[in-house]
Amino acid sequence: MKTYAVLVDDVYKSFKSKSKKKKKKKKRLFLELFKQAQDRFYAVNGISFNIHYGEIFGILGQNGSGKSTLIRMISTLLTIEKGQIKVFGFDVKKDDHKVRQYINRVTVEASFFKKLSTTENLLYAASIYGLRRADAKKKIPEILGVLNLDITRLDEPLENFSRGMQQKVAIARAVLTSPSLLLLDEPTTGLDPKSKREVQKFILSICETHNTTVIITTHDMEEADKICDRIAIIDSGKFIKIDTPEGLKNAIRKNSEDVTLEDVFFKMTGKEFKSDELEDN
Amino acid sequence: MFHELLIKDIRATTGFIERNFNLIKRYIGWEIVFMVYTIVNAVTIGLIGVTSGDPNKVVYLIIGALLWGFLSIIFHEVAESISWERWEGTIEFTFMAPARRITYLLGMSTYAVIYALIRSAIVLFFLSLFFEIKLTNINIPIAVLVVVVSSFSFIGMGLIAAVFPLLSPEKGSQATHIFQAIILLISGVYYPISVLPGWMQKLAIISPATYTLRAVRAAILDGKGLNELSGDIIILIILGIILIPIGLIIFSMGERYAKKVGKLNRNG
Repeated sequence: MKTYAVLVDDVYKSFKSKSKKKKKKKKRLFLELFKQAQDRFYAVNGISFNIHYGEIFGILGQNGSGKSTLIRMISTLLTIEKGQIKVFGFDVKKDDHKVRQYINRVTVEASFFKKLSTTENLLYAASIYGLRRADAKKKIPEILGVLNLDITRLDEPLENFSRGMQQKVAIARAVLTSPSLLLLDEPTTGLDPKSKREVQKFILSICETHNTTVIITTHDMEEADKICDRIAIIDSGKFIKIDTPEGLKNAIRKNSEDVTLEDVFFKMTGKEFKSDELEDN
Repeated sequence: MFHELLIKDIRATTGFIERNFNLIKRYIGWEIVFMVYTIVNAVTIGLIGVTSGDPNKVVYLIIGALLWGFLSIIFHEVAESISWERWEGTIEFTFMAPARRITYLLGMSTYAVIYALIRSAIVLFFLSLFFEIKLTNINIPIAVLVVVVSSFSFIGMGLIAAVFPLLSPEKGSQATHIFQAIILLISGVYYPISVLPGWMQKLAIISPATYTLRAVRAAILDGKGLNELSGDIIILIILGIILIPIGLIIFSMGERYAKKVGKLNRNG
């Protein structure tokens, strides 16, 4: 049987619908209890896919389409309601501790102890991943150097850094732990074009040198086109289509017209692509 | 394999402790403010005792202020560790790391005890400048033993309370503070529990602070020894043995629930 880096099999996740709360108050108790069972929405609604070792797999979707919920389930931060997710053969539900040894995640909001310095934050990350302090101290300036971060500012509190710089530190923190699976949840959102290019180049280089498997959610069609081996288009918690960037474009191309991933997205979901900065679920 | 796991656990534990002390360093202004408030509070309470003209009353109140300072810091630091992570927005990062949850809680508890010891030592130093106390019949080793034993039950209570911010970011932290205030009220920190209403005295029985304060006061003021205080010490040991596993179980259940309903993310 073929082993995939990531195997997602018919996965579901629903949450209580927040919008119905006010209406519920007016209803009688038994009706309320009955409705509670009904008022749920599926953030992830029967998704299945698999990812090969060393592959860069992109997920394109609007806010609230279920991208981050899916990433959270793979990273053991949300439990699966139905279905199964395996990371390098380990079940995220039963072997969550084992899975956590192989993964790391970068989110759209660089989550740090902002009063602490880059070095303090990265050494903390190294310690909770069980890395030797001496090894971490050696690796930190190396990784930050590749990301073009000013290594003379390593002792400054991170709150003094721009968002782009903080995001680069977040990527460095994830790479420091040498994850076999890197989960990137909109890692370049809000970065300037130069920083964006540097981060994209860095992602490609770590995949090449370490055979790291990457799942990336992005709003940037050009980015997805440039770095992803395959892309899944997600809408309302469902994958509409999975293919290579070229395969997706070919699917809607008529004659030899120029087609972009934005055209593909519009054609397949019937929705314009909106690239807001943050996503809730 | 076991050796490797142990080394990783030690690295993670020291990582949690170091992180918290780094945070103290970065918030040093607030740290000084809280320290000054604690010292002034302890001195004020001691001075109330001076007005009674009874030196033992001064010691009685100072022991209350010092011990409450020590034990409440342990409880507060363990219980608020989750709130702190939520506030900083790092909870998902920490919980996604391969460090086991028991290692995380051990790191937080060890930090809480070290931090509480340092703060209590500073308060004690300033109290010694204000009050000239001569104790002739004092049993320090037993007093220290009681404090050490009672630390475990306060860690256990902290673990139980830490689940509140896990379930609800803001309300959870509020609940933790109310929980702490109730322990202060019922445990006889500044007065004997006999002055409490009858129903409240029954609640005092379940608070570890009741036994800690009673035993430490008996060791310092009356020089009582292990034989005489064995009852209180045994109760404190039992409470520690019960409360720590209960705290771990409740925390684990809370984490499972938070992961089920999606409460771990920053907006919770």
